[in-house]
Amino acid sequence: MSRNLLLFAGVALLFVLTGVFQSWNLSLSILNMALLSAIMAMGVNMQWGYAGLFNTGIMGFTALGGLAVVLVSSRPVPEGWQAGGTGILAGLALGVVTIAAAVWASKRLPKGRKRNLIVALILVGGFVLYRAVLDPAVTAVEAFDPATFGNIGGMGLPSLIAWPVGGVLAGIAAWAIGKTALGLRSDYLAIATLGIAEIIVAVLKNEDWLTRGVKNITQLPRPWPVPLEVDLQQSDAFLGWATSLGADPVTLSTILVKLLYACLFGVVLVLIVWASERMLNSPWGRMMRAIRDNEVSAAAMGKDVTKRHLQVFIIGSAIVGLAGAMMTSMDGQLIPSSYNPLRFTFLIWVMVVVGGSGNNWGSVLGALLIGWLWLIVESLGPAVMGGITAGMSDGPIKAHLIDSAQHMRLLTLGVILLLVLRFSPRGLIPEK
Amino acid sequence: MDILNALVAFLNFVVVPGLAYGAQLALGALGVTLIYGILRFSNFAHGDTMAFGTMVTILVTWWFQSMGLSFGVLPTALLALPLGILGTALFVLGTDRVVYRFYRQKKAAPVVLVMVSMGVMFVMNGVVRLIIGVEDQQFADGGRFVISAGDFKTATGLAEGLAIKSSQAITVIAAVIVVAWLFWFLQKTRTGKSMRAFSDNEDLALLSGINPDRVVAVTWIIAAALATIAGTLYGLDKSFKPFTYFQLLLPIFAAAIVGGLGSPLGAIAGGFVIAFSEVVVTYAWKKVVTYVVPESLAPDGLVQLLTTDYKFAVSFVILIIVLLVMPTGLFKGKSV
Repeated sequence: MSRNLLLFAGVALLFVLTGVFQSWNLSLSILNMALLSAIMAMGVNMQWGYAGLFNTGIMGFTALGGLAVVLVSSRPVPEGWQAGGTGILAGLALGVVTIAAAVWASKRLPKGRKRNLIVALILVGGFVLYRAVLDPAVTAVEAFDPATFGNIGGMGLPSLIAWPVGGVLAGIAAWAIGKTALGLRSDYLAIATLGIAEIIVAVLKNEDWLTRGVKNITQLPRPWPVPLEVDLQQSDAFLGWATSLGADPVTLSTILVKLLYACLFGVVLVLIVWASERMLNSPWGRMMRAIRDNEVSAAAMGKDVTKRHLQVFIIGSAIVGLAGAMMTSMDGQLIPSSYNPLRFTFLIWVMVVVGGSGNNWGSVLGALLIGWLWLIVESLGPAVMGGITAGMSDGPIKAHLIDSAQHMRLLTLGVILLLVLRFSPRGLIPEK
Repeated sequence: MDILNALVAFLNFVVVPGLAYGAQLALGALGVTLIYGILRFSNFAHGDTMAFGTMVTILVTWWFQSMGLSFGVLPTALLALPLGILGTALFVLGTDRVVYRFYRQKKAAPVVLVMVSMGVMFVMNGVVRLIIGVEDQQFADGGRFVISAGDFKTATGLAEGLAIKSSQAITVIAAVIVVAWLFWFLQKTRTGKSMRAFSDNEDLALLSGINPDRVVAVTWIIAAALATIAGTLYGLDKSFKPFTYFQLLLPIFAAAIVGGLGSPLGAIAGGFVIAFSEVVVTYAWKKVVTYVVPESLAPDGLVQLLTTDYKFAVSFVILIIVLLVMPTGLFKGKSV
């Protein structure tokens, strides 16, 4: 135990050192991202550490969380909604009904050419209907003031409500994926999730009526109780406090806002860690690990392996979706093109593996450590590279090396992942 | 009604690009399927192996160009290809020695190997970005077209043009040569036969005296060669950008699974199935339809099923359908 405490203290020291030598603003923003990553890592750890499921679509579930924030808490666009809101809903409902009908038909009808034909007909007919209903509605919505709106808007509800909604959206997506890919060979899930993540991000990038696509949605409201920096700087009480501390009000307000976020995220993280520990040490958790270690014998004991896998896959993905929603509401904007699989899928994997898969505290530690490393390299990398190349004469090679410093971190992370997998496959804090 | 023009438009916008793209995917999927069949894991680093191989080829191409070497009407990259393959094969053999061998000897679970390949993917991705950067690189030179649209129109007097880029023609010809050689190698040579035996039943192969290290090394070399060729052809046809190559992973895996993982014939079929579905679904059919139907029925819209931004969705949907209907793929690959 004392070793684990030391590890956490070491990571805390990294953040303190960043605060002292660089700036507290940087340290806190890294901490916030690391806390969010820790929540995502908890979800992934549940899937991989508890159940041995390889999910490479973390980015997609994160993005779905972001979508939830847009739908729940961005400001309403009544004109856009009136122009085609019902049409879009009807179109989407038709799509769902089509798929449900096809699934139902393929389950009920006897096997054979006739069944395949009917299912294909349902799908093709449904698709034509869906496009016929959806397309005019979409055109109508996007026609309304495309420079500022052009979307159906959100519900204007508080941001905190969007967080669980993000979890639910991600859970629904996970259910659909799990239903098809679980129960088949283990790498199929990896490939299917890789695909669904790309598709989710493609939808966010291209469906202007939903997320304004690459035009981005900005000015999403802050979650309670975080105030806007500008409001703080104008409040007399805050200004008085700042002068009494002798601090610059602008810096103080940004630090205060980041601290509030850190507390908010910390509370959620603690709740999730607590719940995960309870789950892990319950009969359910033991059953999951039994399934992970030997599927055949667990199935022989009467455990429904596929169903349990589906369950843990949904729960884990929902946690990732929750973290995705929290991230978008902290950023205050949804930028679909910023979702990058290397950053949002594979980085989280490195966190889980380095921290110690199967151990919740390990995932948290891994997320804080790797999150710090990933973001600090952004600010330190060019400086370090500048130091290395200081002796070289100016020229294209030096410029190229300094430019490419940012790519060093991919390389570094890959090497770290390989080293940990090889020499310490149980991670920094091994499973008990 | 103008069937001839419709046919030319169809050939120009669907068949020719589909053939070239399908050949590129097929070569990529062959590499994935070989690794799966013999080393028994899904290699997530394959997209980045393609990127690495293409990068080496591009660097050698630039070197050749700076020496004033050229290949006439053919792109210089083809001349650089053998060196590119050599570099990639050495790198890949290095990763096998440093990384994969340990897990193979430990008989690690496939999913652990998948994760390890993810680490290799990170490293390769980093190396490629470090050396050549993240931007688009155009490295095609030599003749641009076998037939250009303008020449075709003047030659035939049709309203529609048929353009065949030289990169497309080279892709298809190169793919045919490579695939023919690969099948000859697998069916006729001693090494190829031992590879197939190893893939079918590892224990039996070992008992009959096949040297596993040799089989594994040859597999990696062939996979590296296939990846480099596929990557270079794709780069010549479109352009080279490291992130695009990473994204090619999905259609390539879809092709390999649709064909049946572990089946070389399946990988080729799968590549063309995926490529043609992508092109057919994302092509705006307005032009072709307008030629075929009477004027009064001409469509207003683009008659496009999905925009090109959703091409990943196409490979994904086909993948899902195959997983649901026949999990072993079209050519009965390995399952479970």
